[in-house]
Amino acid sequence: MRAGKALAVGAALGSAAGAIFLRRRARSRDRVELYYDDGTLVTLGKGEPQAERLLAPARELLGAARG
Amino acid sequence: MAPAADALAHLTEISSQIDAAVVLDREGTVVAATVDDDRAGRMAGAALELFRRADEQREQELVQLDAALEGGSVFVVRDADRLIAATTRAEPTVGLVFYDLKSCLRSLGEAPPEKPKPKPKRAPAKRRTTTPRSRTTTRKKKDESG
Repeated sequence: MRAGKALAVGAALGSAAGAIFLRRRARSRDRVELYYDDGTLVTLGKGEPQAERLLAPARELLGAARG
Repeated sequence: MAPAADALAHLTEISSQIDAAVVLDREGTVVAATVDDDRAGRMAGAALELFRRADEQREQELVQLDAALEGGSVFVVRDADRLIAATTRAEPTVGLVFYDLKSCLRSLGEAPPEKPKPKPKRAPAKRRTTTPRSRTTTRKKKDESG
């Protein structure tokens, strides 16, 4: 009985940790790609100050589209 | 249906990845959208701000961008005088979405203007009533002998 309870608690904690990990990983994937007329591609990842300037209106755009 | 709205309807029909899209001019005025006016206005404002900020990053001219976010992705593509902004679900096929958006913009460029101006009518050509300058006449040769 005690072992069963411990297993259930362990599973709950594990799934919560997994959810947090997946959510953080998804957040860390936030990035912007800029394509210029000379063929250059610039990728700005989350955490870079230039990226943060662009991610804000991008989130606003996504939020506006979804009402 | 207006050409821009028609092009957007075609876009959402062929691309299952695109959730919402708006076509705007370089000043941010909405030309056509797949969403209601309020959302279209907010989308256009955010898209223009995003594109302007991104365009300031470098000296080269920005032609398109995409932003991958937690709940989905946003795309902005420009042509000579218009922008198209679209949103998709998370992790879309980026190349395919860009292709569809560019095709949509191109079809707008090819579309004839909504109200073509009537061509000014030319006045009917007047009939010439003047007589020809030179006439060929047959003269009798003067009788040299007399």
